[in-house]
Amino acid sequence: METAVAVLTGLYFAVSIYLMLSRHIIRILLGTVTLSTGANLTIFAMGRITREVPPIIPSGLYLPAEGAANALPQALVLTAIVIAFSLFAFLLVLVMRSYQELGTDDTYAMRDAEPEGEPLPPLGY
Amino acid sequence: MDLTFLAFFAPFIAAAFAPVLVRLLGHNAAWVLALVPALIFVHFAGFLPQVAEGGRVTGGVQWIPSFNVNFSWLIDGLSLTFALLISGIGTLIVLYAGGYMKGHPQQGRFLCFILMFMAAMQGLVLSDSFFMFFVFWELTSITSFLLIGFNHNAERSRRAAMQALVVTGGGGLILLAGLIFLWNMTGVSEFSLLLGTGDLVRESPFYLAALILVLGGAFTKSAQFPLHFWLPNAMEAPTPVSAYLHSATMVKAGVYLLMRLNPVLGDTIAWETILPLFGGATLLVGTFLAVRQTDLKLMLAYTTVASLGLLVMLTGFGTEKAIEGAVLYLVAHSLFKGALFMVAGNVDHEAGTRDVTKLGGLLAAMPITFGAAILSAFSMAGLPPFVGFLAKEEIYYGIAASDPWSVFITTVAIVGNALMLVIGFAVAVKPFLGPKVETPKSAHEAPLLMYAGPVLLAALSLAAALWSGLFHQFISSPMASAVAGAPLEITISIIPKPGIALTLSIVTIAIGAILYFGLARLRAAMAASLEAIGWGPDQGFDQFMRGLVRLSVVLTRTLQNGRMEFYMTATFVLLALWLFRTMFVAGEWPAVPAFPVLSIYEWVTVSIIAIGLIAVVRAKNRLTAIVSLGIQGFAVAILFMLMGAPDLSFTQFMVETLTVVILALAMTRLRLSPQDHRSAGQTVLDGTIAIACGVALTFILLQILQTPFDRTLTEFFNLYSYSLAQGRNIVNVILVDFRGVDTFGEIGVVMVAGLAILALLRIVPKRSLGSAPAPRVPAPEPVAVGKE
Repeated sequence: METAVAVLTGLYFAVSIYLMLSRHIIRILLGTVTLSTGANLTIFAMGRITREVPPIIPSGLYLPAEGAANALPQALVLTAIVIAFSLFAFLLVLVMRSYQELGTDDTYAMRDAEPEGEPLPPLGY
Repeated sequence: MDLTFLAFFAPFIAAAFAPVLVRLLGHNAAWVLALVPALIFVHFAGFLPQVAEGGRVTGGVQWIPSFNVNFSWLIDGLSLTFALLISGIGTLIVLYAGGYMKGHPQQGRFLCFILMFMAAMQGLVLSDSFFMFFVFWELTSITSFLLIGFNHNAERSRRAAMQALVVTGGGGLILLAGLIFLWNMTGVSEFSLLLGTGDLVRESPFYLAALILVLGGAFTKSAQFPLHFWLPNAMEAPTPVSAYLHSATMVKAGVYLLMRLNPVLGDTIAWETILPLFGGATLLVGTFLAVRQTDLKLMLAYTTVASLGLLVMLTGFGTEKAIEGAVLYLVAHSLFKGALFMVAGNVDHEAGTRDVTKLGGLLAAMPITFGAAILSAFSMAGLPPFVGFLAKEEIYYGIAASDPWSVFITTVAIVGNALMLVIGFAVAVKPFLGPKVETPKSAHEAPLLMYAGPVLLAALSLAAALWSGLFHQFISSPMASAVAGAPLEITISIIPKPGIALTLSIVTIAIGAILYFGLARLRAAMAASLEAIGWGPDQGFDQFMRGLVRLSVVLTRTLQNGRMEFYMTATFVLLALWLFRTMFVAGEWPAVPAFPVLSIYEWVTVSIIAIGLIAVVRAKNRLTAIVSLGIQGFAVAILFMLMGAPDLSFTQFMVETLTVVILALAMTRLRLSPQDHRSAGQTVLDGTIAIACGVALTFILLQILQTPFDRTLTEFFNLYSYSLAQGRNIVNVILVDFRGVDTFGEIGVVMVAGLAILALLRIVPKRSLGSAPAPRVPAPEPVAVGKE
């Protein structure tokens, strides 16, 4: 199971990096979404994977059942999912606004901060 | 508190109060401010008897004990003489600046800079620790930059200031490398300890490297050819600066360093070849260029270059008498050159010009200034009874011999000295004698503040020679001993003794006298030959600076070309290379894992995720992309469920639903092209990078999974989740209890993101403002998702 997830995270990273290498901001956005899912799966797998038994203490007992899942990576991933979503929402609005303001979704054409053909800085004193 | 420690900082404190004092007292503030260097002079003069007996005073406080770096000082013959020159001439310069800059709106700032420089220079010569020395060395460069650029409205000033900073500041960095070499070679970082390690340093294989680096610092600071050009340009500064920094003190820092390190680095073939060659070249170039000038200050500036060359030449010549000559000449030069610069300033101030061809007959109007000028010129020319005479005699004793090298150096010295005599008299005599010439201002004697300095310095030139016994006992012999690293006693006096030195002196004076009367023709000849050459290091500096700007532009535009794709590619290529490199170097490749055994529904879920991901990449339109993204997201939620993580599963479901809905809404409002416009070559390149990163990260994860797992934390949470925190859902307990602060931070992140989104949405677009230019894109029209 862990091997399958490891290969799956590799696929996630490859896909997200390929998307982020695009010139189009919407694909970069899709890339960041898949990147965070890949990272979440990596953290999850690092805490070792067990099947189906959630980390919950049955009533009347003081310890979870034998073979219950590792709770710690779950807590970490839970936080990560929420933060990834916040990042996604912010990036999406940024993409929208930059498209409205700049009139393009091509990062090559977004050159307001670093205009092409800028004159040389002054050569005098 | 130790008074010496206070003396280090007193000029800084005075500098801080200078502007306020000038506002309160006007130019008379100089009288108050001059008290500070005067008191420092008195303090250091108190060390004279001790040092004259061969004593050496060290002291200091701990600075960074863990690195064995101390704030320590060393007072011996060499540093004490320098300290007295700096504080003594500094007192006169502060007074002089009070008169010279009278009524200038920025006089307070000027005095502040001068005092800061004084503190830096004094710290430089008194420092025992290399690091203090370096800090003060660069501080003199910085304060010199401020003073040269004082008249910052003029481009020439700005250029000269920049030039001085680049040359001397750059040299300081080279020097730092040299000092670190010495530190590593000997293990000591203080001059007082370094002086005993001469043999160790000279035999080290790194000797030559250390020597060249130290010389790089010394030669830039002391304006040795071919880096001499910044010093004449520095004459853009007001005259008190030229008199103080660029003749008497700062430019001698390089010579000071050479003299200080003479016992350590000297006495080798390299030392005794490089120094006389560069020094001699500088001497000749300086005097020849001086002849060509007609501006009083520039004439003096080039002779300063020449004098520094002479000092470097003598320091490296290697005989005891040459060192004695260098020591005497250094003191003599500070006295007469400081005085002559102030004289030039007086002439400029009172007559309104300092072009020597437009001046004449000022004697009647300025008798006191003339007196100081002529006395100093005698000293500069090396005539008795002045200290310059003592210096010149001692120099000739030191270098005259019959071997070819000595003959060569002696010839250079005679030519240089003869030309310096010419310039000295041209500056001191030409403006004052002869027929009266109409000057821009009607000249009259300068005020007390302005003639006190030159008169006092000229008188000292005389006194040091008349009472040469005392002078040698307290000043020159201890200084020469410190430079040589062995006790020396100077005995020369003003009574000429027949011999080789006197003969050479007479030859020098004769040549000088002949040249003086042919000065106009000599000047024309020099100007013509310089015009024929056309290019000089000064133009070279401009070309260098322009080249530097161009280079940085090319570099910046290559590395920061404004293309996000380039940055991303660089990042991920490095990531892949580094991950593979680490595994390769450590030899830690993961073992081939067993083929995973999954149940049928697990296989189905994993396959759905993989298909969804590939579909996101290959989607031909945005709807497909969004739907595929949703599919893989929901499949991951199912996967979490299968792996015993119901909380993750619920969250993932919720977030994925929101993501898809928001994305779909946003995309319909934008005409974004979901199409990938990559060329085939680009696709292959990007795909290779992406797959390389993916494989590397998979390998890392497999490697991690193949190491034993430490369950301590998990056991801890399992054990205490209910017994301590009273919760049965361990994931929830961790989130809200054990790691509650983390969760709080997470909420903060979400809130900040929300605020940022709100702010972004509420910014009024530019195009909706009344006078804004026409929109660059047509307003987005809502497009139904289904029409895609």
